[in-house]
Amino acid sequence: MRIPYYPGCTLSTKAKGFDQAARQSFAALGIELAELKTWNCCGATFPLSRDNLLDLAGPVRNLVSAAAEGDKLAVACSTCFNVLKRSNLVMRNEEDKREKINFFIEADYAGSVQVLHLLEILRDEVGWDNLAKAVKKNLADLSVAPYYGCMFLRPPKEMGFDDHENPQILENFIRALGAQVADYPHRAECCGNYIAAFDLETTREMSYLILASARKAGADLIVTSCPLCQFNLDRWQQDLAMKHGGFRPIPVLYDTQLLGIALGLDTTTFDLDKHYVDPRPVLAEKGLI
Amino acid sequence: MKRIGVFICHCGINIAGTVDVKRVAEALKDYPGVVLATDYMYMCSDPGQSLIRQSIKEQNLEGVVVAACSPAMHEVTFRKASAQAGLNPYQTEIANIREQVSWVHQDDKEAATRKAIEHIKTIVEKVKYNESLIPLSLSLVKKALVIGGGIAGLQAAIDIATAGYPVVLVERSDRLGGHVGQLSGVYVNFNAARDLLQSKLQAVQANPRIQVFLETEVEELGGYVGNFTAKLKHRGSDGSEPTFSEHTFGAVIVATGHSLRPLSKFGEYGGGRYPDIIDALTFERMLAPDGPTGGEIRRPSDGQVPRQVVFVQCAGSRDPEHHMPYCSKICCMYTAKQAALYRQRVPDGQAYVFYIDIRSQGRDYEEFVQSAMTQHDVLYVRGKVARLYEEDGKVIAWGADTLTGKPVEVQADLAVLATAVMPAEGAVELAQKLRIATDEHGFFSEAHPKLRPVESLTAGIFLAGTAQAPKDIPETVAQASAAAAKVLSLFSQRELVAEPTIAYVDEELCSGCGLCIPACPYQARTMHPWKHKAIVNEALCQGCGACVVACPNKACKLRNLTPSHVLAMMDAYLAEV
Repeated sequence: MRIPYYPGCTLSTKAKGFDQAARQSFAALGIELAELKTWNCCGATFPLSRDNLLDLAGPVRNLVSAAAEGDKLAVACSTCFNVLKRSNLVMRNEEDKREKINFFIEADYAGSVQVLHLLEILRDEVGWDNLAKAVKKNLADLSVAPYYGCMFLRPPKEMGFDDHENPQILENFIRALGAQVADYPHRAECCGNYIAAFDLETTREMSYLILASARKAGADLIVTSCPLCQFNLDRWQQDLAMKHGGFRPIPVLYDTQLLGIALGLDTTTFDLDKHYVDPRPVLAEKGLI
Repeated sequence: MKRIGVFICHCGINIAGTVDVKRVAEALKDYPGVVLATDYMYMCSDPGQSLIRQSIKEQNLEGVVVAACSPAMHEVTFRKASAQAGLNPYQTEIANIREQVSWVHQDDKEAATRKAIEHIKTIVEKVKYNESLIPLSLSLVKKALVIGGGIAGLQAAIDIATAGYPVVLVERSDRLGGHVGQLSGVYVNFNAARDLLQSKLQAVQANPRIQVFLETEVEELGGYVGNFTAKLKHRGSDGSEPTFSEHTFGAVIVATGHSLRPLSKFGEYGGGRYPDIIDALTFERMLAPDGPTGGEIRRPSDGQVPRQVVFVQCAGSRDPEHHMPYCSKICCMYTAKQAALYRQRVPDGQAYVFYIDIRSQGRDYEEFVQSAMTQHDVLYVRGKVARLYEEDGKVIAWGADTLTGKPVEVQADLAVLATAVMPAEGAVELAQKLRIATDEHGFFSEAHPKLRPVESLTAGIFLAGTAQAPKDIPETVAQASAAAAKVLSLFSQRELVAEPTIAYVDEELCSGCGLCIPACPYQARTMHPWKHKAIVNEALCQGCGACVVACPNKACKLRNLTPSHVLAMMDAYLAEV
């Protein structure tokens, strides 16, 4: 199976390991993530300024590229996924905006492409049972805390593939890999990255709530599919450990990194060494790398 | 030829302001069959009606056309006036020249006047063919079916049986009492719910006219007011096959109660995965002396007495985006009661109530809530709880105090959710069986929200209690008694009277093709078992005419609206004015 794939800027720069792990893992599962021939930044601003049509031009150009290559578009990054999926709904449902954007970018696109997150493809195309069968490593001793963040599930009426207050897709993913799910209350809470630029202290405390709660629930590591959350949760842990006595830093992995590890792939291109909190010791301790 | 009188109403300026009523009267004067055409300011007034009565007598009228407002307004009025003057009421018809003429053609008086003349001539032609009809009388089974054995069903059954009529009370579960049977004390006096219920249960048991079927549901309901046929399904004991019984009833009261929005729907409050986040009914069982803890307040996770309890009002109510848009009505009051009872039993404990508004409409209700705050020191916080979760053995509530504008976090031992009142499970399916309507949430709809609050839109089926909408015990009992009173006024008649202007079948013409049977929206058509001719159930037929259109042989006709009527009316309408 071949699915057109949108990597996005972060996965081409700071989160190359996320991208590499995605492509290699899906290839191992028999799915070619075929990078779009032309693509540009999704803009990442859609959720912040809904009325500015110009902000839609960028993401819609990507959708137009995708439509030329297939009827689906696979996305790994939660934020890109949110922007592309919601821009697509605008093109599908809002005639007025559709006409203006098509006129501006010289296209004729009406939202035909189905924008899918990689986790959705694992759930709906591969299936959890088949995924479990493909797992090569034994993760039974590993406790993983799912972290959803904001962009992946909200707004629920538009994203609409899981319950935004009580989501299950990451839990099912972790279980399919054979690992234990660390059940903690803050898995869909905001990590605070949107206010990092002007109130870093609040951002850090919001992250701390999540990190400490996951630790309390016995998690060995956290998985997420949002590079913004990943950076934010990962980056400040040394400072937080200094401030909050007793806090033990916890690695924050991308979902595809854990997927690749479970499938027994070579992890050299996964950039496991580029995390602020090094995940390698715990992975080695559990016999996974 | 029939001697017909035409009476043209001005309706003040409602008609006369647009239609030239004098010219209409003039135009009708010489129309064939019309012996009198006159106008009057208000035909529905006493002098107007008396003009009609007097004219019938003086002019020996055999038919009357009143050109006025919609027949929905005053057909009954004018037919009654005719009957008082000795004319068969079905010889009186309305020509609607208000809603259908003057109100819709206010900008063209000439056209309105011409249309009014055409309208009246058409109805004159109809009256020429009208037969004198006698209202139908239908037999009446004076026995009631009450569905649901909660406080509403019990009260309705007691009232009907006390008046001397037999009642069958069916209850789906294995016990009577419904939700009231699960409560501890009731607001506003903390009386034991058990005692309230016991008095009703004894009255039911003591009355030989009430037959109770437990573990029984209504499988089918056919028939019509006065003559319902019900098939009841009795659950077999120890998993054996169910048995069925058939009964006839004159009236039905639906008192199937409510359910609560399940905790699994509250992802924001843990979705039911935390043991110490419970719904208010579970807390009520904890307070009840016959409950699982014997009336002691102990949290489910470890059996400890909770020192801090958070009560969350409007959990799932007044939240159109995520839950139910309506107010569940009872939660403000029972939350105050539960918080006060908690403070009485755990004197060193702290109770927090998060609320949007306090709705305490009822005698002594507001005083009761105030006493929870002042006498029982319950801390009321005005704001919604955004999230509830458990961590380190505590229930954490994140909320807002909208009076100070500050976020609030409470670390509690137990959280009690006042979950939304929902229709009982299976309510929509039951509504389909009974052919009554529900609202968009599944509560049974009353016939009129103000004037017919205990009747369904189906004649002979009445509503009581929370099956219709959220309400508390006094309101439920009052509505149950009101529904019983409606049943009793039905049973007080010797027989039922129905309009005769319904369909009939000309057996000479009927070929027995059966097309009229699916065409009928009221299930009033069947095939005669051996004549193989269609027949009309006169009690069910509403005179809509769907069968008339469906019948290829013109064997189906409506009384006083036969093809002869309609063709003559068409001729009159299409003739040049």
